[in-house]
Amino acid sequence: MHRFGLILIATLAGVLAAPAIAQTQIRAEALGDPESGQTVFLRDCAFCHQIGSDARNGVGPQLNRIYDRGAGSIDGFNYSPGLRRMGVDGLVWTYETLDAYIANPRALVSGTRMSYRGLRDEQERHDLLAYLRAYSDQPQNIPESAPTARPTLPELSTDTLQIVGDPEYGEYLSGECITCHQRSGADQGIPSIVGWFEEDFVVALHAYKQGLRPHPVMQMMASRLDDEQIAALAAYFASLNE
Amino acid sequence: MSLINRRSFLATAAAASAALSAPMVLAQGRPKVIVIGGGAGGATAARYIAKDSDGAIDVTLIEPTRQYYTCFFSNLYLGGFWEYENLGHSYGTLASEYGINVVHDWAVGVDRDAKTVSLAGGHTLPYDRLIIAPGIDFVDGSVPGWDISAQARMPHAYKAGSQTQLLKHQVESMREGGTFAMVAPPNPYRCPPGPYERVSMVAHVLKERNPTAKILILDPKANFSKQALFEDGWSRHYDGMIERIGPDFGGGNVEVRPEAMEVVIDGEVQAVDVCNVIPAQKAGRIAHLAGVTDEGGWAPVTPTDMRSRVDDSIFVLGDSSNQGAMPKSGFSANSQAKVAANNVRADLTGSRVFPARYSNTCWSLIGTDDGIKVGASYEPGTDQIESVSSFISAVGEDAGLRQRTYEESIGWYEGITADIFG
Ligand SMILES: Cc1cc2nc3c(=O)[nH]c(=O)nc-3n(C[C@H](O)[C@H](O)[C@H](O)COP(=O)(O)OP(=O)(O)OC[C@H]3O[C@@H](n4cnc5c(N)ncnc54)[C@H](O)[C@@H]3O)c2cc1C
Ligand code: HEC
Ligand code: HEC
Repeated sequence: MHRFGLILIATLAGVLAAPAIAQTQIRAEALGDPESGQTVFLRDCAFCHQIGSDARNGVGPQLNRIYDRGAGSIDGFNYSPGLRRMGVDGLVWTYETLDAYIANPRALVSGTRMSYRGLRDEQERHDLLAYLRAYSDQPQNIPESAPTARPTLPELSTDTLQIVGDPEYGEYLSGECITCHQRSGADQGIPSIVGWFEEDFVVALHAYKQGLRPHPVMQMMASRLDDEQIAALAAYFASLNE
Repeated sequence: MSLINRRSFLATAAAASAALSAPMVLAQGRPKVIVIGGGAGGATAARYIAKDSDGAIDVTLIEPTRQYYTCFFSNLYLGGFWEYENLGHSYGTLASEYGINVVHDWAVGVDRDAKTVSLAGGHTLPYDRLIIAPGIDFVDGSVPGWDISAQARMPHAYKAGSQTQLLKHQVESMREGGTFAMVAPPNPYRCPPGPYERVSMVAHVLKERNPTAKILILDPKANFSKQALFEDGWSRHYDGMIERIGPDFGGGNVEVRPEAMEVVIDGEVQAVDVCNVIPAQKAGRIAHLAGVTDEGGWAPVTPTDMRSRVDDSIFVLGDSSNQGAMPKSGFSANSQAKVAANNVRADLTGSRVFPARYSNTCWSLIGTDDGIKVGASYEPGTDQIESVSSFISAVGEDAGLRQRTYEESIGWYEGITADIFG
């Protein structure tokens, strides 16, 4: 539980703090290696996914031209309601969103049917993404090659997750959420957010804040929550039972 | 008496309409909050103060009606997308679960020096803090020829309930090929997209039952909320049915003749079959009687806590307040109420004050499964509440997203009504 929360936070902080942090802090990183990526694909993904010519849907949808593809958009594949909802809301597979999904599927897409626990190794993810990129329409347009520098700020992420939420503050802040998300946990067009694991909750809100999860209302809500407020909300909502 | 007993006692007392004198005796020693108006703002504030103070504050809610019909979603009822019964909410839970003393009466006066509220029924109640949330009243004479006595012939349906039912009945029984006219209000008024969502819903009904009918909007405003989205939707769903006359062509110079069922637009007489008059608006009358309103007709408040600028012991919420950038909506009133509740508790019990945060989202339905939304978040500025970020649906979104937006609005309705009434 803890571990996977940490992984996505690292990813999010890395990808998204980009505009905010000074250029000097960005450290260049090696490109992912598609050949190593193939090994990872065969080990972790091929059981469920096909890719390449003749690829068909299996347990999971085929992954050709995954970059720039709308999430949940392959006709005839029976996606989970969660992934379909994200697609309708506008989730598109990019380097960043794929990275986040593969790192921790459930934290990006609540209730996803992909029962894969997540790939924690950052280098393996880069390699895998480079491999998937080779099966895309115009690999040169996918911003993995240039610029080659990607920011990473993993220290920040650990701190973020370790903030102990103030539940009283969380209860006050929750007033803003309860107008849409029912305290009872009922889900009638707007998903339930009570009784989540704190880590998942924190990761999901950061994903909205950073624009990885689509949805204008939630992006706006999350954009003005700081780390401490997110922790407070996570603590409060985790304490409620459905 | 234990808390549980006190609560059930209050509930019974309220139910028996004998609520007044008995709880006042019980409440001796506890600070007293009176809330005038049990709508989106007032009922939320009463609930949050009672809930979060765990009985330390004595909360009385004054509201004349026993069943509150929400204006929000009343347009969907007009369009046949929502049941009338589902618009109604009672005060039972506020009394029984939260120990709120619900008094069904009108507040008719506020004595700010004595800190008392007088009721139409003759009682006078003391308060330590007063919350005024009476919604809107109409500005007399703003639409020449119309006054409240004409509401049976030319309904406003801008306070929900029997007015909404009447308007629906008139639309459904309009003669074939007839004209539905709406006199739209000038700014500011409650629910900026409300009149235009209403036009969409009326058009939806007419398209099915009376496709040769026409809709005429007489509008004193040059522009209106979500205009591009509505106009795009109208041309997709109801092409040619809706005509809007803005101020350039006399939409701001309109007189109505309820007896003759005529409207006079810039001197030209036109016969109409149904006429929905939405007059100019001001704060609910009791806010004026309390002396907390300004020359514009609304009650100015400080942006950090919704406290009246005129009187420190009074808070004004929702449509009646003049707070700055927030639109007059149920969502806004509910949001403001939580900030005020936090501050009222702090005033009276010394509990923690947290920084004010406000937000709003207004959904509108244009046609079947075609929902749109606009929203923003707000923070206190130096003088007023200011918008910090916002979003709006886009023209040309795909049908799946529009349907999802509509489904979300249903989720919101269930969420906010649970938050207001418990
Ligand atoms: C057609 C329409 C559609 C709308 N759609 C939406 C929407 O989709 N979303 C949204 O957020 N908002 C919407 N609104 C706006 C929303 O209904 C109002 O902004 C909201 O109700 C304001 O809350 P309030 O507490 O200020 O007033 P109200 O909810 O009107 O409550 C005021 C209460 O005070 C009581 N009262 C008045 N005077 C006295 C007195 N002297 N003594 C005691 N009690 C008194 C009244 O009986 C009433 O119950 C819509 C409005 C309309 C008309
Ligand atoms: C146990 C089977 C399984 C494994 C292992 C698995 N997936 Fe999936 N994957 C699925 C299923 C099922 C879905 C559909 C998810 C849904 O509907 O929520 C999916 C969805 C996806 C999608 C979204 C596709 C779309 O059309 O939106 C991507 C991208 C993806 N998987 C990549 C991967 C990668 C990369 C790996 C290896 C690291 C992997 N998956 C491992 C089963 C699996
Ligand atoms: C105006 C209504 C509204 C408000 C207010 C709101 N949300 Fe949301 N929230 C939504 C909607 C709609 C979704 C579904 C978004 C989507 O489809 O991606 C959502 C999704 C979420 C999710 C992800 C749920 C999932 O299963 O994917 C979380 C977590 C969340 N909100 C937390 C919050 C918190 C915390 C607040 C208060 C600070 C809040 N929301 C305020 C409407 C709202």
